[in-house]
Amino acid sequence: MNLQNHPVALALRGVSKRFDRLAVDALDLTVYGGEFYALVGPNGAGKTTTLRMVVGLLRPDTGSICIEGIDALSDPVAAKQITAWLSDEPMIYDKLTPYEYLEFVAGLWRIEPTAAEARARELIGWLGLEPHAHERCEGFSKGMRQKVALAGALVHDPKLIILDEPLTGLDAGTARQVKNVLRERVRAGGTVIMTTHILEVAERMADRIGVIAGGRLIAEGTLDDLRRQTGKTATSLEDTFLTLVAEQVAAA
Amino acid sequence: MSQPASLTWLAGHEFRLGWRDWVSLMTAGGRTRARNATVALILFAVFMHVFAYWTVASYADANLASDTAALVGITGTLVLSWSLLLSQAMESVTRAFYSRSDLDLILTSPASARKVFAVRMGRIAAAAVAIAVLLAAPFINVLAMLGGSRWLAAYGVVAAMGAVATAAALALTIALFRIVGAKRTRLIAQVVAAVIGAAFVIGLQIAAIFSAGSISRFAALHSNWMLLHAPDTGSGFWWPARAMLGDYVALAGVVTFGFGLLCASITLFSRRFGEHAVRAAGVSAATVRQRRWSPGFRRRAPGRVLRHKEWALLQRDPWLISQTLMQVLYLIPPALLLWVTFGDRNGSYVVLIPVVVMAAGQLAGGLAWLSISGEDAPDLVATAPITSHRVLWAKVEAVIGMVAVIFAPIVAMLTLDAVFAGIVCALGILSAAAAATVIQLCFRVQARRSQFRRRQTSSRLATFAEAFSSIAWAATTALASAGTWAALGTAAIAFAILAGVWLISPSRA
Repeated sequence: MNLQNHPVALALRGVSKRFDRLAVDALDLTVYGGEFYALVGPNGAGKTTTLRMVVGLLRPDTGSICIEGIDALSDPVAAKQITAWLSDEPMIYDKLTPYEYLEFVAGLWRIEPTAAEARARELIGWLGLEPHAHERCEGFSKGMRQKVALAGALVHDPKLIILDEPLTGLDAGTARQVKNVLRERVRAGGTVIMTTHILEVAERMADRIGVIAGGRLIAEGTLDDLRRQTGKTATSLEDTFLTLVAEQVAAA
Repeated sequence: MSQPASLTWLAGHEFRLGWRDWVSLMTAGGRTRARNATVALILFAVFMHVFAYWTVASYADANLASDTAALVGITGTLVLSWSLLLSQAMESVTRAFYSRSDLDLILTSPASARKVFAVRMGRIAAAAVAIAVLLAAPFINVLAMLGGSRWLAAYGVVAAMGAVATAAALALTIALFRIVGAKRTRLIAQVVAAVIGAAFVIGLQIAAIFSAGSISRFAALHSNWMLLHAPDTGSGFWWPARAMLGDYVALAGVVTFGFGLLCASITLFSRRFGEHAVRAAGVSAATVRQRRWSPGFRRRAPGRVLRHKEWALLQRDPWLISQTLMQVLYLIPPALLLWVTFGDRNGSYVVLIPVVVMAAGQLAGGLAWLSISGEDAPDLVATAPITSHRVLWAKVEAVIGMVAVIFAPIVAMLTLDAVFAGIVCALGILSAAAAATVIQLCFRVQARRSQFRRRQTSSRLATFAEAFSSIAWAATTALASAGTWAALGTAAIAFAILAGVWLISPSRA
């Protein structure tokens, strides 16, 4: 897959964010359209902070963020219109049903009702939520809540989907359903950026993997690219990742 | 040092947890905040003593030779306070049943669950007694300073009241478990607690309206009917009142009864408490199938979508309804007074309008917290393609709309009877509701709706500002309805409160 010919879906240039310590340090990151990009890194590396800045939940101290050619800092509403965000802790309304939740999301994104409803029914079917489509979410398991939140993220047909640890705490069946939906999304031309601690998932699903540590992108590319960077071939992503992070720690 | 898992060891553990909870609630962990909290507590204590002097100083000379009227007055006040204590204790007991924090640890340990739960009930009782004593302390201190040390006996009465309230709360909650089951007890107990907290005040006001045509709760206590039907002054019924006045025999009886009842309840219920806590832990939310609003998705602007969501969420949550619409219960007496005096134009509006305005301010504060801070999907709303101003405005509209719907009938009835009073009331409701909403906007936090009960402790400044603002608007409407220009002064105070809130608000930082 030659990504250089694809349009840029997300471009971060010199993005920094400081809380009580520097969380993201002059980060440059480019993700291409139609790409499945996995962002991996140790705890506290700055992955979630980076993604929260991209979706407008945090404002960077410095730098620029461009989504599909739209400056997300100067025109956040236009950027949000084509973006979806899914966090590791599915936040949905307990007292709404999945169907009502999707209607609410479609309303927020100003999606034409007929198209939104057709899309909602399709997603409910894909994710196996039909038997529960008109039940309030309050009794749902974490997996079901995650599926409802994922359907909400997809109902407005976003060009860029950003997911923070979407598979954490899901059973194997639900995790597979979520992965299938994401793959389908990429096949249809969408862009997916996902953070994960499950390196096997990154290895199997991602076109490219970015390794972030100490708020900086320390390595990026396909698994083979990363292996070459460590000078070790025929190792797993886990070994490669640990080597890269250890080098970064030693350098720091 | 006590043996691990012994009663005293467990009590020490519970006391440590309780103390740390309280300290973190007061200080939020910071040293500067600890200092500020201490200063605020001292100022509050001084303020309460001044307030107590203003309200009870004239009763300091009451003594054991007092007549039935004094005994009725004291007993009424005690019952009123006790109903509030019972309400608080029921809340605590229900929370203890449904809190899963360390239940797994307790029940999988070899420690006696009965002992653990007995200690936990003791902690609830200790908290109830401590709160009762702390709140009553300024009044008792003032009475003791002015009327002699015999008033210090009141501390014993108040402590006994806390013990009896906890015993009653345990019995009531366990009874609810047996009658309605673990699934429904949580909601029903919280609603019952809320109603108990308000019922006595409202009942007295209603009695006052029918007996004296006044909204004052003391009118009913001092009515001829009450004095005629009250037991003889020598009756045991007056023991708590007599103990308050320094009758040490009555005091011994009241304290023995209160703490004896509490010990008996703890002994009796500690085994069942464990059983019910296990059942409560196993309760999962019931599956509720929702009837469709409409056959398909509807076309709505994002602002309307947000408003509709707020109304739907509130409407579907009976617990939140019971907590927020408690203010509406307090509207029953003024509405009744309006009904009874309709057409008389006897000046009762000066009393009625501020009650309505105060209730509107408090209701709007609760609804505004739910709508603005209590957002269960904050990331979703924040990443939606709408400006944050539009989101906030839609939420404000939802709050004001709800307040308008609730208060419209009273305003309409008032306007039919007296146009000026109706206009003053409507403006007062709008001002108090808008001010409470602005305060919640200034102190907005990110929280789950289920944390509604903790909203008052999460920002004490917001709570006080909200209360003072409602009081200022209530006073403004009272003065305005009486036709005095002094209303402008209290309105200025109300605006000054808002300006102060804006200056210190964290959202401005």
